[in-house]
Amino acid sequence: MSFWVGDWTLITSRERLIELARRLRDDRDTAFDFCSDVTAVDWLARAERFDVVYCLYSTRHRHRVRLKVRAADGVSVPSVTALWPAANWLEREVFDLFGVRFDGHPDLRRILMPDEWQGHPQRKDYPLEGPGELLMENPLDWLKLRNEIE
Amino acid sequence: MTVNMGPQHPSTHGVLRLVLELSGEVVVSADSTIGFLHTGIEKTAEQKKWQQVIPLVERMDYLGAQSNSLAFSLSVERLLGVEAQMPERVRNIRILIAELQRIASHLVWLGTHALEVGAVSVMMYCFRERELLMNVNEMLAGFRMFPSYIRIGGLREDLPPGFHDAVNAFLARFPSKLNEYEDLLTKNQIWIKRTSGVGALSREDTIAYGLVGPLARAAGVPYDVRKAFPYLGYDTYTFDVPTGINGDVYDRYLVRIEEMRQSLRIAEQAIARITPRGQFDIQDYRIVPPPKDKVYTEMEALIQHFLVYSQGFTVPAGEAYIPVEGPRGEHGFYIVSDGSNRPWRIKARPPGFYACQALPKMIEGGLIADVIAVIGSTDVVMGDVDR
Repeated sequence: MSFWVGDWTLITSRERLIELARRLRDDRDTAFDFCSDVTAVDWLARAERFDVVYCLYSTRHRHRVRLKVRAADGVSVPSVTALWPAANWLEREVFDLFGVRFDGHPDLRRILMPDEWQGHPQRKDYPLEGPGELLMENPLDWLKLRNEIE
Repeated sequence: MTVNMGPQHPSTHGVLRLVLELSGEVVVSADSTIGFLHTGIEKTAEQKKWQQVIPLVERMDYLGAQSNSLAFSLSVERLLGVEAQMPERVRNIRILIAELQRIASHLVWLGTHALEVGAVSVMMYCFRERELLMNVNEMLAGFRMFPSYIRIGGLREDLPPGFHDAVNAFLARFPSKLNEYEDLLTKNQIWIKRTSGVGALSREDTIAYGLVGPLARAAGVPYDVRKAFPYLGYDTYTFDVPTGINGDVYDRYLVRIEEMRQSLRIAEQAIARITPRGQFDIQDYRIVPPPKDKVYTEMEALIQHFLVYSQGFTVPAGEAYIPVEGPRGEHGFYIVSDGSNRPWRIKARPPGFYACQALPKMIEGGLIADVIAVIGSTDVVMGDVDR
């Protein structure tokens, strides 16, 4: 638990996420009934590279909290859609853009990118400028392709 | 029967696709699909310097452009720790701009919504007044839709000559025009029959689906960021937050009309507090560029000018989220900095995204003819939803 420039942040483990989230929602003193946002941050150099961030708000007490869960590449996080219906599309967006899978999500499809898209664009190792940059990372491949085109 | 509505349908406010399962004229189930306007603004922003992100984020919610840049600037200023240095005048100008932006956005909503439901002439009336607000933007920054006038650390430049006259002329003219729109619609029997009781959402559902702004207030949730978490000194202004009872399309209309009245009240208070000339940024030349006359005459200012434009400024590592009350509700940017001169991650909270998610809930069980009225009442901007 930490406090930073005016916002409270809770960091928890994947196993305890659902238990903690349910308590935050149902306890009278917290009453976080409003799921404001679910998003992720990619810290490429870290072993558990993704921070999945849940921004919660209480309409009764008018306070906010951020809940964070860490996940490595390929590790799935339990879904909170059953607790907050608003999280449905938000978790789909995190899956689409970061490739974090959510266990127990009713409809885990891509949402912003086309269904047949390869890769997850918001990852830090995803290039900004299409395949040209990918090929530039391996100049031999790039030379080979250029020779074939010529 | 299955009907595919959109993405090219003229009343889907851009490119929203709905797959409707019909039984006769009744919508049995609906599925909304978004993403046709996804331009990867959040990804692009990670490659830009902090200051360069402002014009990018303004293109998300293109009807309320300056609420984007305001929300982004506030979050960055929180991380920079320069909020306390912000002059009172800049805060008031920002409030004035935000409120005029809300009126402009609501005018587009009212015009297009009425057009879709069948009251064609309302659009002409609304766009007439919106034109005046576009002119004010043009006067401020040379741009009409995306002025990029609000910058991190203040404003781009001082107010132009004649700004007060233009705003005061609009504020004097607008109340009677607002009555004109209401004369056309509020007690119009056709309008009431098309909108009353249509697309209703209960108070519990709006909270569960994360709806904010006029959609939630029409259902009786009195949540307004300006009151709940006052930013920029909104707590020193007098205004009310209108709420509805039924949460249907008609209540959303009434709430937005009343919001325009309240915005007008705030704008009148704000323009009275703003002096025509004065300080327009924090004057911390590590963050904002120094004035041009100093750049030409002083070495120090020239170096600072060069640094601001070539390297930008660094933002302390950390994360912040300062929401603002945009035209469509709570609107904010969750920003993460790693201490460099470029954002590590920015994530917008687009109110329309949640409205699209809740759309099936609003239209299932209703008539197919009402689908258009419901989409119009949610006031989604697809540039905002898809980002």
